[in-house]
Amino acid sequence: MAPAKATPGNCILEMKGISKTFGAFKALNKVSLAVNEGEILALLGENGAGKSTLMKILSGIYTATEGSVHLDDKACEINSVKESQRLGIILIHQELNLLDNLDVAGNIFLGREPVKAFKLIDLHKLYADADELLKLFGLTIPSATSVSKLSIAEQQIIEIIKALSQHARIIIMDEPTSSLTLKETDLLFEIIRNLKAKGISIIYISHRLNEIIEIADRVVVLKDGQNSGELQRREINHDNLVRLMIGRDIFKSQVAPWPYHPASSFEIRDLSTYRYTQHGVNLRLSGGEILGISGLVGAGRTELVNTIFGIHRATGGTMHLNGAEITVNNPADAISKGIFLVPEDRRNQGIVASMNIIENLTLPNLPATSAFKIISRRKEAALSTAKVEELNVKAPTLRTNLKDLSGGNQQKIAIGKWLSRNPSLLIFDEPTRGVDIGAKAEIYNILRNLAKSGVMIIVVSSDMEEIINISHRILVMHEGKISGQLEPEEFTEENIMRYAVGLN
Amino acid sequence: MKKEKGIFIIFVILCVLVAIGNPNFLSPANLKNTTRLIGIFGIFSIGSGIVIIARGIDLSVGSVFSLIGVILSMLLVKHQVAWPLAMLIVLALATLIGCFHGTLVTKYKIQAFIVTLCGLLFYRGIARFISNDVTMGFGYGEGFSIVQYLATGNLWGIPLPFILMLIISVLAWVFLHKSVYGRYIFAIGRNEEATYFSGINTDRMIMLTYAICGLLAGISGVLLAFYTNAIAPSSHGNFYELYGIAAAVLGGCSLKGGEGSIGGIIIGAAMLQVIQNLVNLLGIPSSLNFAVMGIVILIGVLADKFLVNRQMSK
Repeated sequence: MAPAKATPGNCILEMKGISKTFGAFKALNKVSLAVNEGEILALLGENGAGKSTLMKILSGIYTATEGSVHLDDKACEINSVKESQRLGIILIHQELNLLDNLDVAGNIFLGREPVKAFKLIDLHKLYADADELLKLFGLTIPSATSVSKLSIAEQQIIEIIKALSQHARIIIMDEPTSSLTLKETDLLFEIIRNLKAKGISIIYISHRLNEIIEIADRVVVLKDGQNSGELQRREINHDNLVRLMIGRDIFKSQVAPWPYHPASSFEIRDLSTYRYTQHGVNLRLSGGEILGISGLVGAGRTELVNTIFGIHRATGGTMHLNGAEITVNNPADAISKGIFLVPEDRRNQGIVASMNIIENLTLPNLPATSAFKIISRRKEAALSTAKVEELNVKAPTLRTNLKDLSGGNQQKIAIGKWLSRNPSLLIFDEPTRGVDIGAKAEIYNILRNLAKSGVMIIVVSSDMEEIINISHRILVMHEGKISGQLEPEEFTEENIMRYAVGLN
Repeated sequence: MKKEKGIFIIFVILCVLVAIGNPNFLSPANLKNTTRLIGIFGIFSIGSGIVIIARGIDLSVGSVFSLIGVILSMLLVKHQVAWPLAMLIVLALATLIGCFHGTLVTKYKIQAFIVTLCGLLFYRGIARFISNDVTMGFGYGEGFSIVQYLATGNLWGIPLPFILMLIISVLAWVFLHKSVYGRYIFAIGRNEEATYFSGINTDRMIMLTYAICGLLAGISGVLLAFYTNAIAPSSHGNFYELYGIAAAVLGGCSLKGGEGSIGGIIIGAAMLQVIQNLVNLLGIPSSLNFAVMGIVILIGVLADKFLVNRQMSK
């Protein structure tokens, strides 16, 4: 694929041959990117394709391992956020960076407050200047309003105003619409078009193909840390975008037929979560089945499985285990019904890193290893020895703290703590995140063997290869809803991506 | 075990130094008085320590002593309530106060420091109000000399509060180091979220730690009231919550939670009393009392960190 080349003459920024490695991991490999004056450039790619890393290099948060950045045909070294801001490059983070204990004016001019004698803040000028900027963007709120009272969209606009008051030439927006309503998105687009008319360039990062089709002048696509292609305005359409996002090597799986155990079943009807209260989700699975749930970050997958496990209360809908309705208000309820979760955030939720293998494995199983509430060391050790052998955990002793184990071994413990409990439904949220390849294969084997013995399994994963490889059936989520269901013969990355971005 | 060994060695060295400085340290009368105080202080320090292990804090203990002392005196002396009933009332009150703190911390998610700081101010104020800020006493103990004896008496020459502390320590040791509950409390102190994800009712366990702290403060409060025999509502038990916290920290508890042991807490409580004793016996001006205590606690914690447990620090 040819490197991104912009129309000569009005190209203001060029990144050439940018590589970035973290330890042994190569996040970016000779990526090129050019930005024209007054252009809306969309940067597109899957989770982990390297978009954020590239933008963090441009805005001075990371330093590139290799490659160069040219601004107005002059090579420049961007070593700090301050330096990149001086050059007029402003990054607006996905999680907004406003201080909600300050008011609007205080945020816009943070660190650049107008001052009088003795470094006292010139409040009069501060608010007057801020009010003027707000008016320019059609906001009617006074600049003395506390940021905590603003909607997400308004905060987003404040970030843009802040960027402009710093004489921005290039504004990078990372997923700006991820928490906006449709109306707010329209307002944002109007502002973006105004900026474009003023000759300011926008680098727009988003998963949402519809938005890109609506607003982008040009699209640069990254895949696995490399340029995977570029589309000009007239070439931008769904099919082209999806094709470039997943590349050529479309992965086809060979799924083993699943051992059907119809006696057990789990079903949710119209279950809604606190994040997407308006959308009910329906799903059903039977014994021995591995159900994959795919989707992009923020699609509501983790919220869904956490709600099934009772971490959050459902805001509506019902759950049914083996045909009978069940109520789950907290994890203890779920556990008593044989529903277990291996959570996404292993270090904070899956394990107690500063406790040892025995203590972690028995934490949910103490009633079984104690008599009259007194823990039996012998029973604890016996149970732990059995699990460590069964799961092939590699550790010096059973008294080794989990923080001294590899990610793969930690994950085996996080799984192992449920395995002495006769699970009926086991939910894995990102089962192999931060796990090396060897342990990955072992974890897949554990999953398959559990399914063979009749356990129902739900696997949530952002890793497409993994979900295609392990599932008997795949549900794809998009913005809180199930946007599609795939049977094995339809398992392709293209199909998953199509549903994940909300196309039908 | 390693951690207790370290603090124990420091404790022994301190005792030897004081004994060398003034042989009166080892006189029966002094030993008796010191161990009596160790008993009274040790009991509530266990409560403070358990709360700290679950990553909480209780700052209200000293004011609870004042409130309980005043109420106990009013019940026994003014209203002539039978002592078993009076005891039941004050111990139940202290436990309820603990449950109240626990509720605010778990259900309403208010930081423990703030909840118990408000308690510290509130209970002291109430104690002063209901007593008209007048010092209260127990007279000659007609009708309740048996409970008074618990604070002031001896068994086989050993002060009863010390014996009581030993019994409570054994129970607390089993609870914290052998039982399922203790394991949950340590796990909460280290990672409350993962503990909750393991299906443990973390709120109920945190509530339990505050209730235990309240009950043990109640027991200590009764002993202290009878020991001093005069309760000045504005100063009775002042700063004592800090003795409990200092004992726990000296004994190896971390304010970050998940660390500590009953043995360590007891040695820490004992050490604080020996330091008090040292100020008296070595003729140090009593105005320097707190300064000496502050320095010794700091040296103790530093020594524990850098000398004794050097191999454990990362």
